[in-house]
Amino acid sequence: MKKRIVFSCKMAATAIAAFLCFLSPAFAATPENSDDAPGRRLARQAVKGSKQWTTTDHKKMEALNKDFTSGEEITRACISCHSEAATQFHKTIHWTWLASEDKTDLRYGKAGFSVNNFCISGNAMEDKSCLSCHPGWDKKGVQGEVNCLKCHNSSGFNFEEALTDVKSFLKDEDPEAHEMAKDLQQDIKKAVTQVTFPDRKSCGDCHFTGGGGDGVKHGDLDTSLTKPNRMLDVHMGTDGKNFTCTRCHTTTEHNIAGRIYTNPAVESRKSLIEDDLAPKITCESCHSAMPHKNDSKMNDHTDVVSCQACHIPSFARVNPTMMMWDWSKTGKMKDGKPYTEDGEFGKPVYKTIKGEFKWEKNVIPEYYRFNGSLTSTTADDVIDPGQIVKVSQPVGDKSDPQTRIFPFKIHRGKQPYDKVHNKLLAPILSGSKGFWTTLDMNDAIERGNKTLGLPYSGQFDYVETTYAMPITHMVAPKENALACTECHIRETSRLAGITDLYMPGRDRFRLVDTIGWVSVLGAFVAVLLHGLGRFFMRNGKED
Amino acid sequence: MTDQKTIKIYLYTRFERLWHWFQAAVVITLIITGLEIHGTYSFLGFKTAVRIHNYIGLTWLTLFAFFVFWLFTTGEWRQYIPTTKRLFSVVRYYAWDIFQGKPHPVQKSTHAKHNPLQRLAYLGISAMLLPVQMVTGLLYYLYNDLQGFFALSVLAGIHTLIALFLLNFLIIHLYMITTGHSVLGHVAGMVTGWEEVTDTTAIEDWETKAVRKN
Repeated sequence: MKKRIVFSCKMAATAIAAFLCFLSPAFAATPENSDDAPGRRLARQAVKGSKQWTTTDHKKMEALNKDFTSGEEITRACISCHSEAATQFHKTIHWTWLASEDKTDLRYGKAGFSVNNFCISGNAMEDKSCLSCHPGWDKKGVQGEVNCLKCHNSSGFNFEEALTDVKSFLKDEDPEAHEMAKDLQQDIKKAVTQVTFPDRKSCGDCHFTGGGGDGVKHGDLDTSLTKPNRMLDVHMGTDGKNFTCTRCHTTTEHNIAGRIYTNPAVESRKSLIEDDLAPKITCESCHSAMPHKNDSKMNDHTDVVSCQACHIPSFARVNPTMMMWDWSKTGKMKDGKPYTEDGEFGKPVYKTIKGEFKWEKNVIPEYYRFNGSLTSTTADDVIDPGQIVKVSQPVGDKSDPQTRIFPFKIHRGKQPYDKVHNKLLAPILSGSKGFWTTLDMNDAIERGNKTLGLPYSGQFDYVETTYAMPITHMVAPKENALACTECHIRETSRLAGITDLYMPGRDRFRLVDTIGWVSVLGAFVAVLLHGLGRFFMRNGKED
Repeated sequence: MTDQKTIKIYLYTRFERLWHWFQAAVVITLIITGLEIHGTYSFLGFKTAVRIHNYIGLTWLTLFAFFVFWLFTTGEWRQYIPTTKRLFSVVRYYAWDIFQGKPHPVQKSTHAKHNPLQRLAYLGISAMLLPVQMVTGLLYYLYNDLQGFFALSVLAGIHTLIALFLLNFLIIHLYMITTGHSVLGHVAGMVTGWEEVTDTTAIEDWETKAVRKN
């Protein structure tokens, strides 16, 4: 008998060992530190040997060896070699501020009917303060010449200011002024030759401060990305891959890859393996559609969930971003004067000329289905003032193969609308007749809508609006990607708003759970009573 | 009361015991990890739970094929043929007679290891619940590769319901172990293979009278 028990124990031990051996290859295949994710391997290959080189030294260019007296002269010097540069650039949205290639289509674009819930409208380039971000000389808009240096110069030199000084010094009769002009022109000449590809600061000068200040508009683009570390952006981090914007926003004929209003950045997601000339604007371009380790469940997510949804756990991680702007609160005075009140992050929470703001840091995004296109309500669209107006909102449908669940910053606002026409209005803000000077909203709207050629009834009120911006920058290192239970959890799921799919851990059927647990509880109670019965009846034994 | 003598018979072969304890480990692990994936509690962490659940589930599925092969080649499937013969006396035993210390109406033997109630229960589990659970589990696992084949919600619903039914079985099963000749008698039987049963060899009156003390 004993022998048998010993033998049985041996057998059991062998069986357990065999069972563990059976499982071990599965676990051994993915040790903690191994780095065999195909997506990372591919991406490393794609960016290998990325040293830029050129056959031109601009310091030796005769065309630039001049004493410049105006911006236009500099541009002409550029064009004397780069003959098609301005022609190409004139066709891009960076120049026209219109989304459509058709210049007469005013529907989408800052120079068209597009509005947002920040500074509301570009007023067809009539609002001159907006033009500080237009890549022309001296805020002349599309009437002027392209300022190539805005994106292609690394000197940090203020050319517009210097050239204005040169002009006034040259007009002066004083020979000393002429001397100073000569000196300035030497500085300009030196700075002009520092020609480069656009760096993070070139793009950031406008895109980091959209909406009128650092981090106002985008939650994932602010000045913290000029010199980010890899914790903030694993690709752009100066201690990481040190990407510039154009590393992903690849360019053909001065058209820079990226979404333009309703037009997605790409028509279909392709990796460089499928199309070596594809723009590198999507994550898939370099990382492929199956970026995770081969046995990883994460790869099963990529047809529904965007990379950004998990790999950008929160936005505005270094600098705060504006989350709310209420124009209806404008006009309050302190001691009869316009004032500014700063809040928590040293950011204004009230400005007489702009209204009330809310700022947040480390913001958890909101998630929506998104096929790469944003639809927007323009100043020419009829709205329902009884509802929150979605000025910009993602387009996406579960059945569309291009659609993914994507993170967004939703900026909430309150802005003027026409009570008679039920349309959003476009007040002009800067300038001597603008709202920021006059604080007369009715007059500013009157003038602003005129710039767009849109009628105004003379009666306005404020309506609540939302503006959705995709979150795609500030990609965190992989160890900071979201854990499963950020979404796969009953109450606090980040995807609580996406209800058209079944998610393990988040969803259940109450009926199934009730029936199941009642049966489990029933079994438990039954055996308990049965056992107690046996115990007290002592199995019928009398002693 | 009639006098009863118990003897030990070799009831469960090595393979059967091995299979039994393997399944026990598998079922318990799957229930623990499965309920975590279902969102009932957080214990090992969702990712770990999913991983273990997948590996164990697939392992079981693979080995179950061998079990089915064994079942049919050895003819052991006959152990699961349902019968109503003495079914009601077994029901009556557990509902009533057991409290009075009456003997179990069905004797175990190598040809009939399960009583009629066990046959019904095990047939239902092995032939209905487990296959459905394995199929829904496999489809759930392959969901991404079989897009649109089944709604995930349907698979998950069925899989959860059966899992809870199996938990129900587990509770009753664990309790029933204690109804043997001694509280741990059945456990010992499933470990060593030797089960204590009542000796059914007819004992003549004159044989027992000679040794009776009271």
